[in-house]
Amino acid sequence: MDRAESMDRLLERFKKSFLSQMIGGTPLLMAHPDELREMIVYLKEKMGYPLLLDITAIDNLLSAHPPASRFEIVYLFRESEFGYVIGVKCPVSDAQEGVESIIDLYGAADWLEREVWDQYGIAFRGHPMLKRILNHEEFVGHPLRKDYEITKGQYCTKTQDLQDEMKPLLEARGLDEERDHLMILNLGPSHPASHGTIRTLVALDGEKIVAGAGEIGYLHRGFEKSCENHTYNQIIPYTDRLNYCSALMNNIAFAKTVEEMIGIELPERGVYIRVLLAELSRVIDHLVCLAAGLLDMGGQTNYWYLFNPRNDAYDFLSKLTGARLTNSYMRIGGMAYDLYEGWESDLDAVLGKVDKGVAESLQMIEHNRIFQDRLLGVSPVSAQKAIDFGFTGPNLRASGVPYDMRFAAPYYHYDTFDFDMVVGSVGDTYDRLMVRFEEILQSLKIIRQVIKRMPDGAVCVADHAVTLPPKSSVYTSIEGMMNQFKLIYEGVKVPKGEYYGAFEAANGELGFYIVSDGSGTPYKVKVRAPSFVHMAAYPKIIEGYQVGDAILTLGSLNIIAGEMDR
Amino acid sequence: MDVSGGHLLGDSVITTKIDAVINWGREASLWPFVFGTACCAIEFMATAASRYDISRFGAEVLRFSPRHADLLVVAGTVSYKQAPILKQIYDQMPEPKWVIAVGACASSGGFYDNYTTLQGIDEIVPVDIYVAGCPPRPEAILDAIIGIQKQLKKEPTLQLRSNLEFKGKLDG
Ligand code: SF4
Repeated sequence: MDRAESMDRLLERFKKSFLSQMIGGTPLLMAHPDELREMIVYLKEKMGYPLLLDITAIDNLLSAHPPASRFEIVYLFRESEFGYVIGVKCPVSDAQEGVESIIDLYGAADWLEREVWDQYGIAFRGHPMLKRILNHEEFVGHPLRKDYEITKGQYCTKTQDLQDEMKPLLEARGLDEERDHLMILNLGPSHPASHGTIRTLVALDGEKIVAGAGEIGYLHRGFEKSCENHTYNQIIPYTDRLNYCSALMNNIAFAKTVEEMIGIELPERGVYIRVLLAELSRVIDHLVCLAAGLLDMGGQTNYWYLFNPRNDAYDFLSKLTGARLTNSYMRIGGMAYDLYEGWESDLDAVLGKVDKGVAESLQMIEHNRIFQDRLLGVSPVSAQKAIDFGFTGPNLRASGVPYDMRFAAPYYHYDTFDFDMVVGSVGDTYDRLMVRFEEILQSLKIIRQVIKRMPDGAVCVADHAVTLPPKSSVYTSIEGMMNQFKLIYEGVKVPKGEYYGAFEAANGELGFYIVSDGSGTPYKVKVRAPSFVHMAAYPKIIEGYQVGDAILTLGSLNIIAGEMDR
Repeated sequence: MDVSGGHLLGDSVITTKIDAVINWGREASLWPFVFGTACCAIEFMATAASRYDISRFGAEVLRFSPRHADLLVVAGTVSYKQAPILKQIYDQMPEPKWVIAVGACASSGGFYDNYTTLQGIDEIVPVDIYVAGCPPRPEAILDAIIGIQKQLKKEPTLQLRSNLEFKGKLDG
C-alpha cells in the first residue's frame, strides 16, 4: 500500500479529523480531540511511524486570527524508513484537562510531555510523573505562554531531593532503601563526570545501580522564548549556543530551515561551504566527545591527542569567522562572507592533524584490553528500544539502525558524495564511541571531496529582501538603503504557516519546528534536540551496571546541556 | 661549587614580611574549582589542554571538591535553578578564596535577558574578576588568573578575605 492510499484509509476511519499541510507539503493531520489518541495508535501500528520526534504546543493568544481554542498540541513522527515526517495537531480546549498521555506508546513521550506541561501548562492525563522539567519547582506560571513576560525571572532557593521519583522506582522493583541496604547517591549537577549540568540520582546495591532518576534544566536558557522576541537573523547567535561543540552546524540547520520556509535555494558555492563546515563541525564535536569520554576512563593521553587537532580546527574557524567557538557565520540566505584566500591549504593542514590525532588515539585503544573490558557489553540499547526512546544520530546507529538523514532524506548534494554510513551492532558504550571514531574519518572524506569540487560564484542568494545588499548600494541608492533598513529593523519576512526542518547534526536529528505569522520574527520556535531524548533514556539504560560504567555511558551518549535544556 | 656541606646560605637569616612569603606561595599554587556549565566551560577545557597550558601559571591542580579549592572559576550561564548550587559550592570553599566570572553570562547574564537566567553571578557570590567575551578566548582566562595573582599579592594574609558586607540574593 502506498503512502497516499494508507492516508486515505486513515481519513476514512477518523471522520472528525482532516488532512492539512505544512509549508513545503509535509502532511499535518488536524485531529479532533475525540480521535487524537486512537489516531496516534493507528499511525504507530498501521502506518509505520515508530519514531516520535517531538511534542510541543502553540499558544494562539496573540495570533491574528485565533482559532476557537487557545492552545493546540503538535506531535511529530518519522516513519520506519525515516525519509518522511508527519505532524498531528489537535486543539486543547481546556489546558488543565489536557490531553491523554501517549507514554505507553512511545517511551520518548515521557519527558517531552513533561516539558509541554512545564512550558505551557497543558496537562497529560495518565502521565505517571507530570512535573516540571526545565524550570525549577518554585517557579510559578508557564513561561512559553504568550502572556508570560520574557524578563520575569524567579529566584530558586533550594534543590529538589528527587525522592518523589526515586521512591516509586524502588517500589516498582520491589526494593526498599532500608531493608535492602541501598545507598542513594547523588551525581551532579556539579560533578566532574556530569559534563556540565546534568544530575542523576542513583540507588546503589554495592556498586551496582538498581534504579536511577535524572534531573535536567540547570542550563535552561530560554532559547525558545528568546526566539519569539528576535528577528530570524538575530536568532543565529542563539543557535550557536545550543550544541556549542558544533556551533556552526546549528547555524546551518536553522538557516536551512528558514530558507526552506521562504522557498529559496543557495547558490552552489554556498551549499558546498555549508557541507564543508557542517562536516568539520561534526569532526570537532566527535573529537570533544571522545576526548572527554576517554579522559573519564583515565585515558588522559587521548585527551591531548584529540583535543589538540580540535584546537587547530578552531584556528581555521577563527580565521574564517572571527570566533573560535560561537561562530555565528551563517545568515538566512547564505553566510556572512566568502572563504578567505588560501583556505584550502589551512584546512588541508587541519585535516592532516585530525587524521594523525585519531590514528594515534586509536592505536592506543583499539586493541587495548582495559578499554575493551570496560566498554564492551556496557549499557547496550537494542534497536527497538533505541527507536522507542527517540534516539537518533550516532547513538541510534550504534544500535544497528541505519538511519542517517544524509542517506534517508539527502539534502545539499549528500547523495553525490562518496562516504559510508557508520552503523554499530549492539549499541553498547563501545559501539557508541567507536561509531564516532569512524564517523570522523567519513567526514574527513567528505570534506576532501568538497575541497576538490568547490565551485566559484556567489555564496548568498541575490534577493535583497533576504540578504543584505552590498554596502556600496546602501550608501548610493535609495533602494539599497531601504533594503538594508527593512532587513535590520523588521527582519527577513517568512511566509505565514508552519514548518518542520531537520538536519543530521553531530548528535542526531536536530529539528526546528517554526510557526510564522508572516512577520520577520517567528511566532514560535521549537527545537527538536537529540540530547534531550538521549538524556531521558540515560537513567534507564545504566540500571544494572556500576557507577563507573554509568560515567562512561554518559560520555558515550554525548549529552550537551546547551542543546538538551535550551 | 661544593654544596655537600649543607645549605648554601648556611645559618644566615633572611628577613621579610610574612605576607610576602605566604602570598608568594599562594600565588603559584591556586587550586581552581571549575564551575563549568556551558559553552564557556568548553573554552576552559582548551585553557587546561596543552596548547594554552594553565600549569604555566601554577593553576593546573583542578579540584572537583570545593573543600580542596581556593579559586572558583564560574564558566558558563548560571540559571536561577543553578543558583543555590553555586552558592552552596562557594560556601563550602575554605578561606581564603577568590572568584572569577568567565564570560558574559557569568558576569551579567549575557544576551540571555530572560525568565530563566541569573543576571550575573554577583547576585549570589562576590566576584573578584570579570572576564569579557562570549566565550572569552583561553588567553583571556589566563589573564584573569594572572589578575588574581597580582591582586592577592597586595592582600594581608592573616585577615579573613570574605567580604562580610556582601549580601547575596540567596543569603538568608
Ligand atoms: S558567555 Fe557566551 S559562550 Fe559563555 S556561557 Fe554565555 S553564551 Fe556561552
